[in-house]
Amino acid sequence: MINSKKLFKILVIIFSLSLLALFWNLSSFASEGQEVAKEVAKEAVSASSTPWWVWPLSLLIVTFILGILAVLGGVGGGVLFVPIVGGFFPFHLDFVRGAGLLVALAGALAAGPGLLKRNLASLRLALPVALIASSAAIVGAMIGLALPTNVVQTLLGATIIFIVIIMASARKSDFPKVPHPDKLSQSLHIMGIYREESLGKDVEWHIHRTPQGLALFIVIGIMAGMFGLGAGWANVPVLNLLMGAPLKISVATSKFLLSITDTSAAWVYLNQGAVLPMIVVPSIVGIMLGSIVGVKILAKAKPKAIKWMVIGLLFFAGIRALLKGLGIWK
Amino acid sequence: MTEDRKKASEEQLAYANILNIGMWIGLLVVVVTFIVYVSGVFQSFVPINDLPKYWGMKAKDYIHTLHAPTGWGWAALIGKGDYLNFVGIAMLAGLTALCYLIILPILIRKKDMPYVIIAIVEVLVLALAASGILKSGGH
Repeated sequence: MINSKKLFKILVIIFSLSLLALFWNLSSFASEGQEVAKEVAKEAVSASSTPWWVWPLSLLIVTFILGILAVLGGVGGGVLFVPIVGGFFPFHLDFVRGAGLLVALAGALAAGPGLLKRNLASLRLALPVALIASSAAIVGAMIGLALPTNVVQTLLGATIIFIVIIMASARKSDFPKVPHPDKLSQSLHIMGIYREESLGKDVEWHIHRTPQGLALFIVIGIMAGMFGLGAGWANVPVLNLLMGAPLKISVATSKFLLSITDTSAAWVYLNQGAVLPMIVVPSIVGIMLGSIVGVKILAKAKPKAIKWMVIGLLFFAGIRALLKGLGIWK
Repeated sequence: MTEDRKKASEEQLAYANILNIGMWIGLLVVVVTFIVYVSGVFQSFVPINDLPKYWGMKAKDYIHTLHAPTGWGWAALIGKGDYLNFVGIAMLAGLTALCYLIILPILIRKKDMPYVIIAIVEVLVLALAASGILKSGGH
């Protein structure tokens, strides 16, 4: 007899293998597509045998799956989108990063109002951080669009592998201790109270190490703009572990923060012609529909097993980006 | 006092309300204009069938090869199916600046000067990003 636990594990393995097979097939199609594009650049002729609609349709399906996985794995859609679509679809990384920013932006815009109204995302915490991160994201976007593709691809691969390490090893603290709020946070009145339903009580919070946190957001902003990844993977540890905001406040404020950080970088990509609606719109729709389904599955699924599946998928995509950038796996 | 601090502030609620309305309108426009685009009602700047020839190019080469617009040049081409989509995308990208402008009078009324300055500078940063003045050089 196979019990439900074993059955679930088998399903996870089959699902993972199916995804890998799908990406492998897309990758071989994509190589053909990119070769065709290179030919066009030289001769302005095309010989693609794949009809145009196959790609947006594939994108819709893949981003739908990524939307589910993002919710179940507790990561943002952008961090999955860029390495996976950049690695296995025929689109140039410039367009993928532009779409990645808009995917992360749309998700953040959709989540923002609810988080702000419930006082989980803190405007007082977000505004100073957003000013630093969004300014840096502009610089990051300009650097990313100026660098040669193979350099960006290699750096992207290395960054994704770094994110995998953070995801696999980082601790989280529900209620970090903040013995003495720093002067900057006190003068900006960055503090609050929220209702913690799991404990049935109100939690008062303050932050500390604000200057150090703001300094780190320069790096986070540059990376967000450069790779189009969104930056929840970095926002949350800095807000939670370094600055001492409770985990729920950190996650919610991070999500809202993306709507500001990614906006500035998205404008740079838009103005430089690195936004193709044929890539952007199916991706936004796919991720959003997937997120809705993901939230429903979340109630029944085992997030820990899914989290490891997402980490494995990200690691695979990171290796693919790294090897593609180094010219080892075309 | 504690009850007051538990609630979202006036500016936070104002921001959330505008974000909520703008996000839904923006998403609706994005989806509708995309349906118009793929239905072929309007002629596209780059014919859909030809798009796979170009989407593997670096953005700079794409612009150069197709003489496609940069900056706000797309606004002159919204009669084309593909550039029509930029209306919804620009609405989503412009929403944050609008939210800041909405909360600015509230912050001024509250004499919350540090946040007034932060909000003004953020609007300027977003305006700079949106202006199209910034250009990346290189390859």
